[in-house]
Amino acid sequence: MSNLEQLNSIFCEVFSVDAEALGAGFDNKSVSGWDSVRQLSLTSSVEDTFDIMLDPEDILEFTSYENAKAILAKYDIEL
Amino acid sequence: MKLLENKIALITGAGRGIGRVIAEQFAADGAIVYVNDLQPGDMPGWAEECARRNGTRVVPVCFDVTDTAALKAGLMGIYKAEGRIDVVVNNAAIIQNQKLGMVTKPLLEKMFSVNVFAVIDMIQLAARLMARTGGGSIVNIASITGVVGSPGQVAYSSTKGAVIALTKSAAKELSPQQIRVNAVAPGIIKTERFEELYEASGDKIDQRISRIALGRLGTPQDVANAVSFLASDRASYISGHILGVDGCASI
Repeated sequence: MSNLEQLNSIFCEVFSVDAEALGAGFDNKSVSGWDSVRQLSLTSSVEDTFDIMLDPEDILEFTSYENAKAILAKYDIEL
Repeated sequence: MKLLENKIALITGAGRGIGRVIAEQFAADGAIVYVNDLQPGDMPGWAEECARRNGTRVVPVCFDVTDTAALKAGLMGIYKAEGRIDVVVNNAAIIQNQKLGMVTKPLLEKMFSVNVFAVIDMIQLAARLMARTGGGSIVNIASITGVVGSPGQVAYSSTKGAVIALTKSAAKELSPQQIRVNAVAPGIIKTERFEELYEASGDKIDQRISRIALGRLGTPQDVANAVSFLASDRASYISGHILGVDGCASI
């Protein structure tokens, strides 16, 4: 599975959506149930999967699918 | 089976004093011990000897606990080497006593940086690694002064009061991940520093000792015994607790 597929899989599992739903508009304002607990669950899965440790500032900024991809790039995760 | 058999433990401020005695006890209890301090000092030689004596591994790791990037790198280094971190002991601290009117802002900020902010930073980083492997135990070193207060220690006692409060909150927040968070609150402990203080103002200290119900000063070993217990699975149903190691004192 590619890194992008792994990231998509995490989002799909955390938010119970299909991969087709993921895109530019997928963020904490438009997705129902995207609260801080869900966000921590998301970042925790991302850390486990990619064996990284996010900075608290990045966890705070993990508020959209697009942000997630940009943040992972900072940790040299190629998508 | 030893109390901490094969537990992977990190102890901060373990270069000397109480931290080193805690590390000795952890090694004797079978843990694989990562000992942290700012500078290596005599840690490498001592760690090797301690490891040999106890048939385990004792590994020095030098970083500044107030430097988040260094702390993160230190934790990730241990996690990658061992596959897990079971125990963290937040022992590193600054203690300086000043009367009110002489408490400078830079010292206050430095004390809070090491004694409080770094502890929160450690907890929020280490907990995420512990959660990956099903849980762990965090033991913070508080102080009796954080519970009952002490003249000349407004700055220091306020940091230790904060440690007590953050221990209780972190315990509640991290319990769903099976991470226990406790603190040990030592009373008057006979360390090398204490002996220096005693030479300077022995009379006042004698008065305080007279208020210790068990009739003696505490030792670093008394503190280490309590920390080792709280770190172990024998304390598996204890979290959010502040364990006084003070000889039933009323300072």
